[in-house]
Amino acid sequence: MADLLQVQGVTKRFGGLIALEDVSLSVRDGEIYGLIGPNGAGKTTLFNCMTGLYDLTGGEVRLGGVLLNGLKPHRIVEAGFARTFQNIRLFANMTALENVMVGRHVRTRIGLVGAILRTPRARAEEAAIRDRAVALLDHVGLRGKARTLAGHLSYGDQRRLEIARALATEPRLLALDEPVAGMNPTERRQMADLFQRLRADGLTLLLIEHDVKLVMGLCDRVAVLDYGRKIAEGEPARVRADPAVIAAYLGGEAA
Amino acid sequence: MDILTQQLINGLVLGSIYALVALGYTMVYGILELINFAHGEVTMIGAMVALTVIGLLLGMAPELPGLMVVFSGLLVAIPACMALAFAIEKVAYRPLRRAPRLAPLITAIGVSIILQNVAMLVWGRQYVAFPAILPQGQYEVFGAHITDLQLVIVALSLTTMAGLWLLVERTRLGRAMRATAQSKEVAALMGVNVDRVISATFVIGAAIAAIAGVMVSAYYGLAHYHMGFLLGLKAFAAAVLGGIGNIAGAMLGGLLLGIIEALGAGYIGDLTGGFLGSHYQDVFAFFVLILVLVFRPSGLLGERVANRA
Amino acid sequence: MRTALDALRARPRLAFALLAALLVALPFLVGAGLGNSWVRVLDFVLLYILLALGLNIVVGYAGLLDLGFIAFYAIGAYVYALLASPHFGLHLPFWAILPISMALAGLFGVLLGTPTLRLRGDYLAIVTLGFHEIIRIFLNNLNAPYNLTNGPQGINLIDPITIGGHALSRPLELFGVTVPSTYLYYYVFLAFTLLVMAVAIRLQDSRLGRAWAALREDEVAAAAMGINTRNVKLLAFAMGATFAGLAGGLFASFQGFVSPESFSLWESFLVLCMIVLGGMGHIPGVILGAALLTVIPEALRYLGDLQRATLGHVVLDPADLRMLLFGIALVIMMIYRPAGLIPSRQRKRELTARDGVAEQEQASLYDAKA
Repeated sequence: MADLLQVQGVTKRFGGLIALEDVSLSVRDGEIYGLIGPNGAGKTTLFNCMTGLYDLTGGEVRLGGVLLNGLKPHRIVEAGFARTFQNIRLFANMTALENVMVGRHVRTRIGLVGAILRTPRARAEEAAIRDRAVALLDHVGLRGKARTLAGHLSYGDQRRLEIARALATEPRLLALDEPVAGMNPTERRQMADLFQRLRADGLTLLLIEHDVKLVMGLCDRVAVLDYGRKIAEGEPARVRADPAVIAAYLGGEAA
Repeated sequence: MDILTQQLINGLVLGSIYALVALGYTMVYGILELINFAHGEVTMIGAMVALTVIGLLLGMAPELPGLMVVFSGLLVAIPACMALAFAIEKVAYRPLRRAPRLAPLITAIGVSIILQNVAMLVWGRQYVAFPAILPQGQYEVFGAHITDLQLVIVALSLTTMAGLWLLVERTRLGRAMRATAQSKEVAALMGVNVDRVISATFVIGAAIAAIAGVMVSAYYGLAHYHMGFLLGLKAFAAAVLGGIGNIAGAMLGGLLLGIIEALGAGYIGDLTGGFLGSHYQDVFAFFVLILVLVFRPSGLLGERVANRA
Repeated sequence: MRTALDALRARPRLAFALLAALLVALPFLVGAGLGNSWVRVLDFVLLYILLALGLNIVVGYAGLLDLGFIAFYAIGAYVYALLASPHFGLHLPFWAILPISMALAGLFGVLLGTPTLRLRGDYLAIVTLGFHEIIRIFLNNLNAPYNLTNGPQGINLIDPITIGGHALSRPLELFGVTVPSTYLYYYVFLAFTLLVMAVAIRLQDSRLGRAWAALREDEVAAAAMGINTRNVKLLAFAMGATFAGLAGGLFASFQGFVSPESFSLWESFLVLCMIVLGGMGHIPGVILGAALLTVIPEALRYLGDLQRATLGHVVLDPADLRMLLFGIALVIMMIYRPAGLIPSRQRKRELTARDGVAEQEQASLYDAKA
């Protein structure tokens, strides 16, 4: 299988602090790839670097061969890279449906004139946006909650909504930042099922997660970050046995 | 007479006033990330209060030396402005400290409108003249003139800035202010009374503004309820030029802006072949502001503030 | 009363017909009840509604604080004045000028917005304030060496709007009824106001409107959802400027005279007060705010007459009180009722949410980028 995402020697410094140092990894088309590591290892920083929220200090990121360095965040989404946030960033005062509809923005075209004149094309597009959003809500298990304000949804549902919103951008790669944090075992299982379904739909998933058990059961391959460096990469079982990984976790957390 | 030297001197004098006002903007922004729109108005109130006191004193004891009369006016204006700023912060800004950004900004505009209109009701719509009681000596330096008043303004500005510098760098309060500017949460955890530090920041800025207000009215020979607005805008431009949130930056930005304005006003006629004249002096501050924001939003000495998301 | 309202709600067509009849009859009702000078006030209410609807797109929809809004109004007005007055001897018809007014104001909006909209919101406020000052200074001084604006004297004898060969500055005889000029302008302004309102409603309820709302709520998340934040902001900014340009053109023809004095910064603050008071982002609120703040100062004039009648002279000129009251209203509204008198549901939730968590996170994200 071909590599969808290639991260080559990515370095990120904040002033004197090195947050990421020469990190390289590649995610293959259609796999679920896990990114694990202790708190502060640089996982979210790597996400922010890949999605254009931070400028890279060095290195390059490519998606399907397209260089993402220096692109604005919306261009990166357009290239097919969608993400969720560790500390959920929904549009809390918009409804669940509206949140997902915002996600359709990048794949739709109607601008000022179309909106003002309400041309047949504009109406058709608006209807298509709505239909797609409803279907996506359904897909992630939020049927019947379309009119609920995002801020009023339960924690688990907010995570789902963030995924639906990201899916609305029609990504090739979906990057999830701790998508099951704070969920109970049942919810976690349901989320794992959802990820399997998404993969079956042809999506590639990149996953930051603390729940090592979930990662081991779900991911085809994982990489371990520690102090901003990649210390291991490979199949879950092999990585789990890696002494460097065990040392990084100081024997804690089931690793 | 050497025009270049003369304009440099004029610019330096004006710039040192801008710098004082800019300090108030930059200190508050450094701590609260709030543009205190009302700061220019506080400056205006300082000038007005001082002029009232000066008028009263001259009415009672016309034989007093001019410098002493003006100084007395200043001594009343400073605490008046401090009390005003304290009240503004407490009533208008503090309740909104955790509200979305737009809210305190709109309140700040409201306060600015209130102060201007109160001043108009109290002191009238007319210009209030600054009595000609200050020494009027004039010296020649490199072919340009410099007056006693200009010397006093520059000297007093530099003294004030040095005092503020000492306060911020050498005192407990200054340390608390710097800590709060870094992070309110951490400062609070370290035992800093953040509310008091914020109040103090407003109050110190106001005291300096009062000095600037008296200077500017003495320099132009008049005061007006509307004078704080343009002065405030220019001072803010100066603060941005130097790097907002940065005290040394405000000083540098103020001086530079004064010089840019003076040189611009002196030479714009030649530069545009007579198309634009010196009445465009007020435009420079805004062009500088826009240029800085476009090309170096962090200012000359500041940290980066632009977002590019 | 409630049953009457319910009855109307059940029959939207009847309600619509009644409302339309009321709007058509309004100047006659006002003229008969309060005198013709109040019809003029009514015209200004409509002009300010136009302005407030425009600023509402910038501030209410997209959450950008534009304090130089009146500069675009001035540009629109001066374009009209220059193209339809003896100043240059040009007398183009209004339907040719208004699009130019709008386009030029919009163009200035783009020119100003392009470099500044990537900055944080409060910088935008200052830059727009500065822009307003620049425009004012230029209007005041571009009378020499080449006389473009006629300086502080302003431009006089601007052509009235002429429709079907009838200049609106003169009364119209219609079926034996004399319709005064202010009434005629009322209908023209009403038509434009309804048009702009329709545009505003459609925009709010569109792909673009959702993008503005998203931007206002969380700029980082909006960008991460593929919204080109700079372009979308620019569009809001230019839209608002365009509407202001339209209002400016109408104002110039209505007044027959423009000078820099009409476009003071107070006007910008006044329009801002209108949308803050009424309810940011909510069209009924914006209309109410504009109506209240146009009518109240007029009503305050009676306070002056009252003082003259009871005290013999005017102690406190109500005109001086006007802005003071507005300033106080701004502060009180922001502290106690930030979403306005008639808030939109979404804005109410946003503006009353005091935790500001997303704001802080956003800030820390930018700090981290340094």
